[in-house]
Order: sequence, then C-alpha cells, then structure tokens
Amino acid sequence: MRAKLPPILLALLAPALIGADKPMLVPDISARNVQIRYSFTGAQLLLFGAVVYPGGRPPDHQTDIAVVLRGPVQPILVREKQKIAGIWMNADSNRFRSAPSFYAVASSRPIADLVDERTAAVYELGVHNLQLSPGGGALPEKERRFEAGLLDLRKHAGLFAENPHGVEITDGVLYRATITIPSQVPVGTYTAETFLIDRHKVIAAATRDIHIDKTGFERTIAVAARRHRLLYGLTAVAMSLGLGWAAAAAFRRRI
Amino acid sequence: MDIYLPIAGQSVNALLIVVLGFLVGVLSGMFGVGGGFLTTPLLIFYGIPPTVAVASATTQITGASVSGVMVHMRRGGVDMKMAGVMIAGGLFGSLVGAGLFRLLQASGQIDVVIGLLFVLILGSIGGLMLKDSLTTLGVISVKSRQRPKRHNRWVASLPMRWRFYSSGLYLSPIAPLVLGFFTGILTVFLGIGGGFILVPAMIYLLGMPTRIVVGTSLIMVLTVSAATTMVHSLTTRAVDIVLAGLLLVGGVVGAQYGAILTTRMKPDLLRLALSVIILLVGVRMFLGLFWHPDEIFSIEYL
Repeated sequence: MRAKLPPILLALLAPALIGADKPMLVPDISARNVQIRYSFTGAQLLLFGAVVYPGGRPPDHQTDIAVVLRGPVQPILVREKQKIAGIWMNADSNRFRSAPSFYAVASSRPIADLVDERTAAVYELGVHNLQLSPGGGALPEKERRFEAGLLDLRKHAGLFAENPHGVEITDGVLYRATITIPSQVPVGTYTAETFLIDRHKVIAAATRDIHIDKTGFERTIAVAARRHRLLYGLTAVAMSLGLGWAAAAAFRRRI
Repeated sequence: MDIYLPIAGQSVNALLIVVLGFLVGVLSGMFGVGGGFLTTPLLIFYGIPPTVAVASATTQITGASVSGVMVHMRRGGVDMKMAGVMIAGGLFGSLVGAGLFRLLQASGQIDVVIGLLFVLILGSIGGLMLKDSLTTLGVISVKSRQRPKRHNRWVASLPMRWRFYSSGLYLSPIAPLVLGFFTGILTVFLGIGGGFILVPAMIYLLGMPTRIVVGTSLIMVLTVSAATTMVHSLTTRAVDIVLAGLLLVGGVVGAQYGAILTTRMKPDLLRLALSVIILLVGVRMFLGLFWHPDEIFSIEYL
C-alpha cells in the first residue's frame, strides 16, 4: 500500500497544485472506520500521505512531520488515594473538563527539537501540552499533581503515547507513521492531524476524521444495555437460568 | 483466545475467564455456596472495572444455584414459607443497597467499603467455620461446651410469631426478614449470593434444621441474585452479558463436577477446606487495604 497509493495521489494532485506558493499536505489513513467486534484487541492505524511543495520540489533542508491522533474529549474526575488511619482511600479529587480519551503523537524528531514551547502549546503537541481545562480554582501545585497522575494512568493504559521517532519520511515528500490503539478505547469520532514543520514553524496542517464504533453483536449489546434496560436484564437472567438448567439436565444421567 | 467485552469495554482472555468460572463452580458445587466471594475479587484482580465485576458476578450466581435448587426441590428440602419471607427482605435490601451503592460511588469511597466489608465478613465467617470444623475433627477441644439452645434469645423475644411447618419452628418472621434484608444489601455491594452467611445464620440464629437449610438458602440466593441483576441492569447498567456468559459456561459445568466430588469426600474436611479458602481471600483483601496501591490516582467519568 505504501509503495503504490501515495505516488498515485501525488501524480494526480501535483499538476493542479504547481501554481500554489505554499506547501500542502495530502494525508490519508489506512482505515477511516475502525470497527470493534468480538475479537477486537486493539488496532494499528497507518497514517500516511504526501507533502506537495510549490513547484513540486522539496526544499534543500530537512522538514519535519508530526502526526497527532486524538479521541473524543470527556469530562472526568481524578481521585487521589491517601493513607488515612493506615488504610489507602480516596481523599482528594480534581475535575478536568476536557481530557482527551485517547492521544498519541508521532514525530520525525523529538517534539522539543522541532518547535518551541509556545508553538507546542498552541498545537497541543506532546502529552504535557494538552489543554485539560482543570476546573474549580484549585492551587496550581495541586493541579499539576493531578495532571501528572492522569498522564501516568493514561500512559500505563496505552491511551496516551508519544513516539519521538515514529514518523518516517521518504525523499522529503512521503511520510508514514503507525499508531496503535488499545482495546479499551472509547467509541466516537477521532481526529488525525498532520503538521508540516519547517524551521520551528508549523507551515501546513491537515485533518482527517476516523470513526471508531462497535458493530454487529457488540453494538447490539452495548445499545441494548443502554436503551432497553429491562429487556437486557431479563435476557441476562434468562441466560443464566437456562445455562444452569441445561448443565443440570446434561449431568443428571451421569450422577 | 481474546474476546471483547462490550460493557467492560476491553478485551479479555476468554479461556481464562471460563477456567475461572469452572474453578469457582467446582467450589460452589462442593460447598453449596454461590462462589461470588471468589469471583468478584478475582475479576477485580484481573483488571475488570469493580462495578462491572460485581454486577456480572451477580448474574453468574443465579445460574450457579439453579441445579442446586432443582436437587433440593426434588428432595423436598426447602421451606417455601421461610424462603418467601427471606426473599421479601432480600428484594427490599437489594433496592436499598442500590441506593447506598450510588451514594458511595458519588463520594468515591465505594472501593474501600467493598474491601472493608469483604474483610469483615470473610474474616468472621471463615474464623467461625475454621473453629467449628477443627472442633468436630477433634483437633481442638472446647472445654465446657453448653448444649446450644434451640432458639437464640434475641430471635425468641421478637413479637408476632408464625409457624414454619417444614422447619418445625414457631418464630417471628421479623428475624428471617432482617436476615434477608442484609443479605440483599450485600448481594448488591459485593456481588455475592450470601449463601455462606445465610447457612450459618439460619442454623445458629434461627435454629433451622440442617436438612432444609441449604435448599432454602439456595432458593433465596437464586431469587435475590436474579433481582439484583435486574437492579444493576436498570441503574448501574454494568451487567456485561458476555462476561457473565463466559463465567457461566465454566461455572455450571464446574458446579456439576463439584457436586460429584462432594460424595467422595468427608464433609468435615470439606468445611475445613472452605474455611481456609475463605480466610485466605479475606487476608488478601485485608492486606490490600494497607499495601501501597499500584495506582494512587483513579479516573471517574462524569
């Protein structure tokens, strides 16, 4: 796929774009729809594309690419355990109004080498630059502590990831990056953003949407549990009674 | 073989869950308990969210108690009137429990409460059973053992007595009603059927004959766990039908093998083994309260 598709795209698009004076990104993703089925254990997404330069010729110096995949934003409450009377229990908590449920960034070089801190903050490049919108006027020190806790948790779960050498650039025009999403990602619309970075500046950006959804049996169950609660509960009870009865009937002759 | 759980929102090793269900099933068949006190903690150790673990374990208990109920009904070892009173208390308890569960969830203390309740119950029941079975095996001797009274003093003092013919008892329905109520609360909180609490309570507190205790408690466990599955489906929406199904497939088969094993082992040794298992799980939960947790922070979705 990588050998065929991008050059074709490039060949189709290049003549039309030769007149433009700014470089342009033509991104694509190996799958626009990720479907969660019974055997879903996560997925690997290939984010690839081409950079179209004015005049069709890449500049002499090296340019860089950063690719960001982010999941839907959720309001969450982070709780912190403390030792009270010898027992570890939840003591303090902090609210975040807009924590992304998934965030992965891959770049051709470490982010710190690509852009300055301000630019990284503007484009939310890197997990430490995420705008989490902590709520409720807590002390900055406490906010930082909870933010670090949240980042740690999400990193361990594979939901936040940084790969400073994850983007491979071929001949200055083709790029590709692989991002792994774990099985416990929430469903929703994800956005894949691609940034072209030249001399510490973002000079082109492009966005694509990816839909992650449950399908088939898994979807039916998730929907039923939400919308037809009574029926769902009755089905669960009927299933357990049925299986229990079936086993008893099957073994009755043997005993 | 990995399989995706639609409600838990993660994939698990299906074979491992079936084996877990099978092992718990063997225990439940051997001892006549639902086995929820093992399923819930083990699922939590595996990484299933506690609420989903509790709710799905409840569904499994219903299936695990079916064959026991069938056997005891056939033998006539059930006091339907007593069971009816306890079920009434249990249904009320599971509704009250659901309310308390949500309150504690909102304040963030549900995990600690679940842990403490497990330690308290497993510790006391396990300790009592261990002492009892060691006494009957003659390992320890009780010095001046009074013959236990037929009725507990507190239970006997309750007003409004009813006759329970199958149990041969004349006592106030308030006692079994209260017993059922607390078991109902525990079913919601811990995903346990409560058989291992009901059986000793019915023998020692109510003075019911051992012959009909197991059957009566199983009917109660079956009904209340089924009702609790409904309560969870309607309120927490945490019943994962795929997880429960996997547990059940292993569990119902395991229960049959467990029942076969029982006929080949000495009942006193069985009781000793069960008490040791209960105590071990209790000790593990106890230590878990004091150990530095792997993750200090936890996320709650709003």
